[in-house]
Amino acid sequence: MQFRPRILLTTASLPNRWRKNFRRTEIAVIDRRNPFLVAAIYIILLFWTVISVVPLLYMVSTAFKPNQYVFEFPPKFIPDNPTTANFEKAWTSENFGLYFTNSLVVSVATTILILVLSSMMAFAFARYKFPGRTTLFYAILGTMMVPGLVLLIPQFVLAKNLGLLNSLHGLVIAYSANSAVNIFFLRGAFEEIPNDLQDAAAIDGAGIWSTFWRIMLPLVKPSLAAMAIFSFMGAWDEFTWALTSLSDEKLRTLPVALRLFQQSHGTQWGLVFAASLIAVVPVIIVFLVFQRYFIQGVSAGAVKG
Amino acid sequence: MGLNTAPSPVSKEIARKSRPDGPAEPGQPLAEPAKEAWWYPFKKALPVYLFILPGVILFLVWTVYPLVNMFVMSFFQWNLVKPSIFLGFDNYARAFGDEIFWQALRNTIFYAVISVPGQLILGLAVALLVNQKLPFRAFFRTMFYLPVVSSWLVVSLIFMYLYNSQAGLLNYLLKDILHIIPSYQAWLQNPVTALFAICALGIWKGVGWTMVIFLAGLQSVPPTLYESAAMDGANTWRRFWHITLPLIRPTIVFATVMLSIGAFNVFIQVYVMTGGGPQHSTETLMTYMYSEAFKFLDLGYGAALSWIFAIGIFIISILEIRFLRRPVEY
Repeated sequence: MQFRPRILLTTASLPNRWRKNFRRTEIAVIDRRNPFLVAAIYIILLFWTVISVVPLLYMVSTAFKPNQYVFEFPPKFIPDNPTTANFEKAWTSENFGLYFTNSLVVSVATTILILVLSSMMAFAFARYKFPGRTTLFYAILGTMMVPGLVLLIPQFVLAKNLGLLNSLHGLVIAYSANSAVNIFFLRGAFEEIPNDLQDAAAIDGAGIWSTFWRIMLPLVKPSLAAMAIFSFMGAWDEFTWALTSLSDEKLRTLPVALRLFQQSHGTQWGLVFAASLIAVVPVIIVFLVFQRYFIQGVSAGAVKG
Repeated sequence: MGLNTAPSPVSKEIARKSRPDGPAEPGQPLAEPAKEAWWYPFKKALPVYLFILPGVILFLVWTVYPLVNMFVMSFFQWNLVKPSIFLGFDNYARAFGDEIFWQALRNTIFYAVISVPGQLILGLAVALLVNQKLPFRAFFRTMFYLPVVSSWLVVSLIFMYLYNSQAGLLNYLLKDILHIIPSYQAWLQNPVTALFAICALGIWKGVGWTMVIFLAGLQSVPPTLYESAAMDGANTWRRFWHITLPLIRPTIVFATVMLSIGAFNVFIQVYVMTGGGPQHSTETLMTYMYSEAFKFLDLGYGAALSWIFAIGIFIISILEIRFLRRPVEY
């Protein structure tokens, strides 16, 4: 049985020229001239905005609350005596500066490794015919169906035997290995490139490496950008593997450090949320700056943890 | 005799036919004899193989080998300290006789049955609204996506605080403002409400992702279909039901399969918010596997549980694709 991933047909898997057409179309499901309808739409949208954003804003406001007000009643959104003491304490007393650096190093290294490895694989799958191509591709794609946590135990044993436990490069290797979605996504991008370019390169005597590096890679930059963002965020937020494989306090990444911090400061929610903001704000900034790539690269959104 | 020295066209033809691997025209060089060898395609593809080698090695070492090793481990009493003892099918038999395993399975199915349709319906509804060409729609889209980009760990902490039994925002809202509940609830400590509370977090976090997936699906529907349907007098509801829904079926299948895999993987929020308690009332397959393997160091049993989940998730994905994917013709 051949598994054809037709189910993955979102616009991201379509050729660029079609996608452009679709983006221009407007779907007139609802009559926009009806003021009651428009008002109803806005009320629903605002309602869901409040639900989406209030928990996050509440975290921000709590982070600025002096500790004695964390359980104040009634709860207040604008704190009475806002303070940055929580941030100072989190940053200095608990070494969150170091954990921030750890997370940054691991995420950047993971992103680079994923970009290099998956773009090479995707390029070969998209542009070359070789024996075993289909089998290998569907084998890799099939691992998308095996959710990450299922393999936690054997991967832990493997990492232990290879001496990759309790090290940051162990994290990088573990995070980079899980890139079936990236390969699938980039393969689509490489397939859109016209054959003429590859033929011309071959006539000029370019080998696979220079074809890839000089001609093909620059053409898929937007897809690479989308993938880089998703990979970075995936590594930045990863919790379970880091929790399981790291025991050295100095190697903790932000999510692990946060969890342990919350366990030891259970009721000091202001402090906990100040530390959480250190972890979450960079990601939200990345999202707000690059959100065009997020929305366009939707099908790679399956990278979610 | 000079005429006979040049080969006649007929003799050329005969010479070509008698040597099928020979060149079609006399001027061309002979084909490489190696072309006939079975390994020729492999040799030709050697640069490509070298090119993908690093990625393939990582895939084999970090995914295929663990998958096989997990199968082996599941037949042993395997911990990291003592030598392993072969048990045969004992780990599997133990799982099926394990009351907490069944409890975890029920809880996980409950979570999937509540959270997957919840995310699908809300995500589709929000996508339909955001897809209208109205001012500020980009703003709404951004706001709806914020929960998705926040890390699971942080949102779990936030919701623990919101669900707090003393001064949590939820209790304040439901009792003091809306007067729906008579007294403050300890949402996460009460076995009846804890699982619902976890489902609510799952839906809250997932709607944004589902919305973006559905937006992509909605934009692949050709607008001409709507125009002709409108001309035929189809109202909004009928257009949605008879055009939009059938045409975005591939997107629905994709979202359902992905969300189900995610739901069966539910781990971080449970681990952080309740730890599977109280009395295993929020225990899920993954938290149970995790605690058996890494708290009680029974890695063999954990591997058997993992295999059962992997096969279960695979079957459910196939069933969903089978049931939901029917060809659409227009």
